[in-house]
Order: sequence, then structure tokens, then C-alpha cells
Amino acid sequence: MIATFLSLAPASIGGALEFIFTPQDSSVTGGKQVGGFDEVLELTLSQLELTLLALGLSLLVALPLGLYLGHRGSGELFAVVIGNVGRAIPELALIAFMAAAIGVGVLNLTIALAVLGIPPILANAFVGIHQVDRATVDAARGMGMTEFEILRKVEIPLAIPTLFAGLRGATIAIVATATIAPLAGVESLGDFILGENVYGSNGVLAGAIVVALLALTLEFAFAGLQRLLTSPGLKPRTT
Amino acid sequence: MSSPVTPAAVGEVGEGFLKERSSDTLPCQATDALFCWDWAKENIDRYGTPTVQHLELVVISVALGFAVAFALALLAHRRRWLQPPLLAATGVLYTIPSIAFFFLLLPVTGRGRDTAIIALSAYTLQIIYRNTVIGLANVPGSVREAARGMGLTERQILWKVEVPLARPEIFAGLQIATVSTVAIATLAVFAGGGGLGTPIKAGIDFKTNIIIAGGIAILMAIAFGLALLAAQRFWTPWRRAETT
Repeated sequence: MIATFLSLAPASIGGALEFIFTPQDSSVTGGKQVGGFDEVLELTLSQLELTLLALGLSLLVALPLGLYLGHRGSGELFAVVIGNVGRAIPELALIAFMAAAIGVGVLNLTIALAVLGIPPILANAFVGIHQVDRATVDAARGMGMTEFEILRKVEIPLAIPTLFAGLRGATIAIVATATIAPLAGVESLGDFILGENVYGSNGVLAGAIVVALLALTLEFAFAGLQRLLTSPGLKPRTT
Repeated sequence: MSSPVTPAAVGEVGEGFLKERSSDTLPCQATDALFCWDWAKENIDRYGTPTVQHLELVVISVALGFAVAFALALLAHRRRWLQPPLLAATGVLYTIPSIAFFFLLLPVTGRGRDTAIIALSAYTLQIIYRNTVIGLANVPGSVREAARGMGLTERQILWKVEVPLARPEIFAGLQIATVSTVAIATLAVFAGGGGLGTPIKAGIDFKTNIIIAGGIAILMAIAFGLALLAAQRFWTPWRRAETT
């Protein structure tokens, strides 16, 4: 009776922090301890790896296409429709469908996650490049720049805020959805969140805290990278 | 390499046994088929309640998020120094994955629909807030001065001039927030909030089920997107002449 009560004890911040730093006894693992800094770190790195892999894949697919279409100024409807439809994809259904249709595993999950990252990157790359003042582009062309130089030296620097908005949107979507990776048989911090019977309510809360911190860290990292890549002449004076 | 699940007894066990076990005679839902029309036809009504729950989750969350974000944006429009901290605060709420948010709220609000609604509306704040602030800021100063010259009070300028002219941005924000919320609300099931995530989670390896539930969610998102687009066109008559 007491044991049942304990396992149903509500989670507390203190308990969750304790779970993150020191291994805990669990009622279902047969004496094996769960949680602790090593396991938390391992699952965090696993989720980070998954996120970066998927992000890399979506960048590889969407960025060149978005930049190209934006520079050409064609395919606006395509880019905008992809961007809008992407937002409507239900994450849970996507992961579940990919797992059921093509199987579980890191590769399949990476593809599923990349599907979530492609729309914001593609749409923002298109819009960012396309909205660069045509007079500026003509001036660059008049100075004798090749089309590739125009893209690299004029359009991309001017489109950095929009490009990064897409990248950050994709990152948020991917890191959030990587949390349900255990449903596709891949380990991530979602193991804690979705495994209350193993990790207890403190483990669930601990997982949620670490996922939130991971997402915020990535967001800050990309915000910093954006500042670093913004041309000095374009730094905003007020935000 | 997973072979389709075979029910214990399909027809008689005898000469035709092997044939009975083949996918020609098995009920579709026991096979690896992509979509089972017969099953879907018979079971489509199971998705009624989750769909209604989903609709409620989205409407309540977006309405709540809109009320808060719109109020914050009006406040920030008046007191400019509030803009950076409010943008940062809503940005943090936007960045925290909804599924983590559900469980962060568990010790405070417990399992259930309220928890899901709080997390989902927190997610919409940034989009609606930022778009409203941008929309209000985009109102040309000359228009504001003309209104002042006509003798309008500050309050009248806000409600009769600035807010109406900011409608395109406000509606765009509302549309993005609503469509995203329809998709993310499938995760509300993890918070005990119901919705279309419930059937997905219950039959996670049954493709027909996932396609139906996911399809309803996508259709709902598209319907909301188109409805808000129509609303935007209706309430911004001056733009109808300009836009293609």
C-alpha cells in the first residue's frame, strides 16, 4: 500500500533535479537503477544527434532549391504552398505512419523529421532571396558579378534574417518531434517522458525539463550564429 | 521483415489452410496493406469524438492565445520599452516543445485538457503577438497624423485606424498559429487532453488508422487556413483590389 502510494507520488522539481544528477531506484527494472547524469547525458546527446542529422538532411534538400527558386524568382506558388502545407503536417501521425510504413530505426526517423524541417527552410529561403530589392541585384549585375556571386555576396547576406527564421523554425519543429522518437524505436529524451512506469513521475518531469533546455540552447545557439553571420553593415541598431 | 499478423482462426483449418492465411482471404486489417477501405467504411464513426475534441482544443487554445497575445501587443504598442522583454518571453514559450510543456505543467495542473490548452495557447502567443506588433507598427505615421488632425482621440485612433489597418498581419499570424495548433494538438493525447492523437496512439502500427486520423487533422488545418484566408479577404476590402 505504501509502495503504491510512493510510486504515484506527484513529481516535484527537487525530485526531478535529483533524478537528473543521481541514479534512482525503479520499481520495474529489477534493481537496476535509472536516471542519473550519465543516462540523461546519453539520451540528450542521442536526441541532439537525431536533431542535427535531420536538420542537415532538410538543409541539404531545401536550401539549394529555395535559394535557386528565389534567385530565379520562379516557383513562388510551389514554395509558398510547401511552406503552408508543411505547417499542417501532424507530427504524431507523420512519425507513426513512417514507422508503420517503412519501419523503425534511426534512418527512417531522420527522414520523417527532415520532412518537418524542409517546408520552413524552403519557404523562407525563397521569400528571403526573392524579397531582396531587384534594384540592388541589378546594380550588382551591372558591376559585373556573376549570378552565383550575386547570390553569395548580395542576396544571401541580405536574406540572413529570413533564412535563419526558417532554420530556427525547422530546428524547433525537429527537436520537439525528436522527443517522440521512442515511438519509432529510437532512443531520445522521450524515453523519460513517455516511460513513467520505468522512470517514475520525477523522471518524466526531468525529461521535460531537459528537452525544454535543449530546445532553448539550440535556439540561442542559432540566434548567436545568426548574429555572427550578419554582415556588420546590416546589424540592426534597435531590435 | 515483420510478417502480417494472422488471426487465430480464419475459416476452416484444412487443405485450404495455406491459402486461407494468404493476404487474399485475410481481412485487410490483418495484412500489411496501406489502406483498408472496408475497415475505414465500417469504423469511420469512431473518429467522431476525437475530431470534435480536437476541434475544441484548437478553438479554445487559439482563442485564449489570441486574447492574451493581442492584449500584450496593444500594451507593447503603447509602451515601447515592453517590446523586447515580451518578444523574448513569448519566444521562450514558443521554443519549448509542446510535449515537454505538457509534462512541465503536470505537477501544477495535472493531467487533462486544461494542461493541453495552456501549452497549446502558450505556443501561439509569439506568432500572434509579433504579427500584431508588426501590423500596428506598419501603419504609416501620416495616417495616424491625419486621424489626429480629424480630432480622433488616441483610443479612437487605435481602434478605428491602427487595428483595422493592421488586420492583414493580424490575420496572417492567426492563420499560422491556428494551422500549427491543429497539427501540434495531435500530441495533446500525451497530456491526457484527447483529440486526434488518441486513435493514433491507440493503433500506432495500423496504417489505415493513422492515415484516417492524420488525414482528418490535415483537412482540419487546411479548412481553418482557408476559412481564415476568407475572413482576411472579407475584413481587408482595400486589399482585394491590389492582391493577385
